[in-house]
Amino acid sequence: MDHVSVILLIVGGTALLSLPLGAYMKWAMDPAPGQAMRWTGLFRTLGGSSAEQDWKRYLVTLLVFNVIMFTGTFAILAMQQWLPLNPDGQGALDPTLVFNTAASFTTNTNLQHYSGEASMSYLSQLAGLMWLQFVSAATGIAALAALARGIAGRPAFGNFLVDVQRASVLVLLPLAVVGALLLVLGGVPMTLQGAAEATTLDGAMQTIARGPVAAFVTIKQLGTNGGGFFGPNSTHPLENPSFWTNIVEMSAVILIPMACVWMFGRIVGRTKHAAVIFAVMAAFLIVKLAGAIAFESAPTAAFAELPVSDATGNLEGKELRLGATTGPLWAVLTTSTSNGSVGAMHDSFNPLTGLMPMAGMWLNATFGGAGVGMINMFLYIVVAVFVAGMMVGRTPEYLGHRIEAKEVRFAVLALFAHAVLILGGTALFAATPLGQTTVQDPGAHGFSEILYEFSSAAANNGSGFEGLGDGSGPWNIATGLVMLLGRYLPIILPFAIVGSLMAKTRATESAGTLGVEDATFGTMLGLTVVIFGALTFLPAAALGPLAEHFSLP
Amino acid sequence: MSDVISGLRVAAATMALCVAGYTALVLGVAQAVTPATANGSLVTNAAGEIVGSRLIAQAFTAPEDFWPRPSAVAYDAAGAGGSNLSPANPELTERATALIAAHGGATPERPIPADLVTASGAGLDPHISLEGALFQAERVAEARGVEISAVTSLVRAMAYAPGGVFTKGRIVNVLELNLALDTELAAPPVSE
Repeated sequence: MDHVSVILLIVGGTALLSLPLGAYMKWAMDPAPGQAMRWTGLFRTLGGSSAEQDWKRYLVTLLVFNVIMFTGTFAILAMQQWLPLNPDGQGALDPTLVFNTAASFTTNTNLQHYSGEASMSYLSQLAGLMWLQFVSAATGIAALAALARGIAGRPAFGNFLVDVQRASVLVLLPLAVVGALLLVLGGVPMTLQGAAEATTLDGAMQTIARGPVAAFVTIKQLGTNGGGFFGPNSTHPLENPSFWTNIVEMSAVILIPMACVWMFGRIVGRTKHAAVIFAVMAAFLIVKLAGAIAFESAPTAAFAELPVSDATGNLEGKELRLGATTGPLWAVLTTSTSNGSVGAMHDSFNPLTGLMPMAGMWLNATFGGAGVGMINMFLYIVVAVFVAGMMVGRTPEYLGHRIEAKEVRFAVLALFAHAVLILGGTALFAATPLGQTTVQDPGAHGFSEILYEFSSAAANNGSGFEGLGDGSGPWNIATGLVMLLGRYLPIILPFAIVGSLMAKTRATESAGTLGVEDATFGTMLGLTVVIFGALTFLPAAALGPLAEHFSLP
Repeated sequence: MSDVISGLRVAAATMALCVAGYTALVLGVAQAVTPATANGSLVTNAAGEIVGSRLIAQAFTAPEDFWPRPSAVAYDAAGAGGSNLSPANPELTERATALIAAHGGATPERPIPADLVTASGAGLDPHISLEGALFQAERVAEARGVEISAVTSLVRAMAYAPGGVFTKGRIVNVLELNLALDTELAAPPVSE
């Protein structure tokens, strides 16, 4: 019963909160004429221009700003040993690690090939990484708002530099302040002092790393970032000290991705349509949750022959204070949303439990990343509408836009790229010493470690099967490139699709138009997601988690 | 070019608000309202020396103390991590076998609670389960030369449900438990 009540509390409670937040985000990101004038004025002044941009201009400004983000953080990380706010004297970082980390946080992935408390100065953590945790999430939210404006039939996409400030300052910042204060009250550290030196009761010396954790962790959770202050992320007792901070942190994982669906619906002016999309996403979430919790309540096969109590399920890599539901629940939430923070060690999950987070990253649209999750779902919608139109012999239309071969080609290309990045990368590293020499566990599980790492990079997730020795140069460079492609292709191609739709005359919806507000549409959309995901990734799943499951005693 | 200049201006503005302003605000409130936890929940002894953090496990190996869960990083609070061993990995079975022996053995009738043979995610879990503490009570009572009922009643008094009605099991903080033992059930001075 405690599973059900915790799930209701977190998923149900957050779904309720997402409704007013979605309405607020519409106000903040896409104010009607006369609304939020003072803010828009300020942001226009700072952005230097108020000009409306078409999809190409908007995209260029977005990419230029992301280059500035990457460069700024690259510079801070590369010079951290000479910069202030470094009380523990952290030294220079390997150049490939600096590239990987800057790419990782710019792309909202937060894959971490380092351990924060052992490698990063407080300046690197705050001005380098935490800054990107705000502005990379804001980039995603801005992109979704712009895309929705195009779909809504506005003449232009908006202005990127105004949008990214709206998302940072009006959406993320106030939520982060509230969340951080809750975590502070829950006992999360917030200090600029260096590590504490303790002499334990046994007489040993223990160095206790700490830092400005509460501020960092909050935006990590809210912005689908996922990069922890400490190496083991939110399993660390100072990053997540109690059951109650755990509730706040898990809720923060899905809050903005859920609200993004409502914001999208409000900008395109079709809340019922958004409700159908929300229901499809929620259905996937529930299926994955039920699977993960059921698989993880089985005791670990490692203790089958030992006199170990099996009352508590598999506890390897889990924290007692967070409760039994946390491991699998967090794993599903964090991979459904492209967050990538963890509340338990995924590598130690039972094999079929480990399949659930992988499935989340393969589909990458169960609410998904801040802004970009809904954009991914838009790709599936384009395909679903096209296929449904073909099936019933009608012109495929989406909200009055005619979907034709060109748009479908772009959508399939974006979905296909996701699969190629994951499967191509996995094949290369699993077949060569590049990956073979870095796995921790033998056999099928080693393959799963490689598969998980590339899935995580391509989905901009950031979690990992952390037994993998992924700090090597080849891993840093390969996943760095995959993260960049996995971030920008699924922004560029959907922009091009909407740009193409905007150039056509919009039809008026009639009785003959395929409805997007009913269960038929929801079913069609759900099937499209399943067929794309299942067909593409089933063979890889069979070689990894499924093979491992059937080989266990 | 104008994109770059405006972009830099927006970068500076977001850096000022979302990094400097946000950090200063949260830091100020934390240090004013909850200074003890904001600095790491450190525990000091009567002499004012830091003996650990109530949120961070530390190694206990003496028989008169309760032992924490095993740690994949030897309780290194400046380099935390889990074992990341998969259920298929034989190391997991070997480690558990050694720990069962260290805990004085277990049988199918008296199985060892799973938390005592599994490493936590960060290797710093400050808690053990109530069952895990009761499993060790006999050893602790014997080593301290006190009644086992005195130990178990202290354990039960300190155990709590971490999520209230939302969690079934009860847990106990090992450092706090051992400190309480030293205060209330100190081993008799070795004089005879």
